[in-house]
Amino acid sequence: MTLTFETLITHNKRASLGLMAAMMLVLALLCGAILNVFYGVSGEFDWGVFSYGAVIGCLAGSGAAVVSYFFGSRIIALINDARPIERHEDTVLFNVVEEMAIAAGLPMPKIYVIPDESPNAFATGRDPKNAIIGITTGLRKKLDRDELQAVIAHEMAHIKNYDIRLMMLVAVFAGIIVLVSDFFLRSFINDLPFRGRRRGYTRSSSKKGSGLAIIALVVALLLAWLAPLLAKLLQLAVSREREYLADSTAVQLCRNPLALAGALKKIALDPEKLEYDNRATEHLFIVNPDPKRRLSNADKDSIWSTHPPLIKRIAKLNKLAGAYDNRPRPDGQS
Amino acid sequence: MSGALVLLGIIAFLVVMFVAIYNGLVTKRVATENAWSQIDVQLKRRHDLIPNLVETVKGYASHEKETLERVIQARNSAVAASNAHNVHDQIQAENMLSGALRQIFALSESYPDLKANQNFLSLQEELTSTENRIGFARQHYNDSVATFNTAIETIPANIVAGIGGFKKREFFELDPEEAKQAKQPPRVAFS
Repeated sequence: MTLTFETLITHNKRASLGLMAAMMLVLALLCGAILNVFYGVSGEFDWGVFSYGAVIGCLAGSGAAVVSYFFGSRIIALINDARPIERHEDTVLFNVVEEMAIAAGLPMPKIYVIPDESPNAFATGRDPKNAIIGITTGLRKKLDRDELQAVIAHEMAHIKNYDIRLMMLVAVFAGIIVLVSDFFLRSFINDLPFRGRRRGYTRSSSKKGSGLAIIALVVALLLAWLAPLLAKLLQLAVSREREYLADSTAVQLCRNPLALAGALKKIALDPEKLEYDNRATEHLFIVNPDPKRRLSNADKDSIWSTHPPLIKRIAKLNKLAGAYDNRPRPDGQS
Repeated sequence: MSGALVLLGIIAFLVVMFVAIYNGLVTKRVATENAWSQIDVQLKRRHDLIPNLVETVKGYASHEKETLERVIQARNSAVAASNAHNVHDQIQAENMLSGALRQIFALSESYPDLKANQNFLSLQEELTSTENRIGFARQHYNDSVATFNTAIETIPANIVAGIGGFKKREFFELDPEEAKQAKQPPRVAFS
């Protein structure tokens, strides 16, 4: 099957829906198990309590789905300390973005800036009409116009494919799952927030409790430990395969593979770390925002990296450059 | 009886297929039309920027009258061709305009005061960006034309295209001379 934008877009939309459903299920299970452990009648696995928790989880899950669908991009911008800028603040940047929007046939996205010396860029949003592109001030300073254009083309490719929707949902959900299970694990271990009202599991009651309650507890703990791990793996898998694709689409848009290779090299070798680096959103960036993590796997594939190895990405672009060398650039430059 | 039902089923299937393919083709055709209008928008933008540029340059390089006049002339004939909806003439006029603009920016190199002028610098950025946009809009138009033309030639969409009257669209070629050169194989001289 040929890989066209249509098949990619359909795939991403379907995956986004599936992800939202899976999210609700996980939250329902988590909340049901948590409630059962804390509020269940001593020693019993209580279906009533469990389903009560499951309903709460479902409601919370659908709320989270709606919120992340409509406000995910703004939440992501907020936690990365990005602020929107106006055209008069940086005309050249706006021109570059508009040129790439025209090349991709997309509406002009909103532009956000992260005040940070570490060069990096991300794109997010639920669809091309509500997309934002964020770049750091470091990126703006350290790249020339062609390189900046290539980076924007890469982000525009993510927007065009609807990668932004799936990756935004993954970011928000991974964040929520980690938050909930963290909360559960901590309150379970420290035994703090529920001290007064807890009637369920205690050391003495567990001995006479039925096996079911213990199973419920084990399941709850497993879920709480596994959920963030699964969220992480999902985040990694979804992100890595998309980067090569976005790189090649970017070349299709800006017809300048060497500029993108140059930009990647500059970003990779920059020693600065993104100050607001956040594990939940780092897969959104063009290159991993942590210098240590992006260089430790720069030459080999690893299931623990958010991005494909940089050396491979650059090598692919240099190879493409051979194919484009003899063709005139659309803007008449050579 | 069951034979009639099967026949009915096949007809219903064909109708649904026809509608789906037809709508797909319409979407692709609209995409090419949108892409074309984007080129137009950018060309108009360039027409609007040029009088400002000429005024600014005049103040610093008044004795480059000839070049300036050539730009104005090229601009006016491009506007006229665009108003007359003569695509062939317009492409020619726009290409002339591109050449004339390149001359202006080349001559600015010998006028340091002009090169330092804030107004000139911002106009230069705007016009460079507009040139890029025209290029990228043309690239996008040609891409969507390629998609559309391929779509109406492949089976079974070609049948639908025949019935619906979908015609292949033309590519936006660069300068006709330039395009000819690109198509010709390089000449090798044995001497």
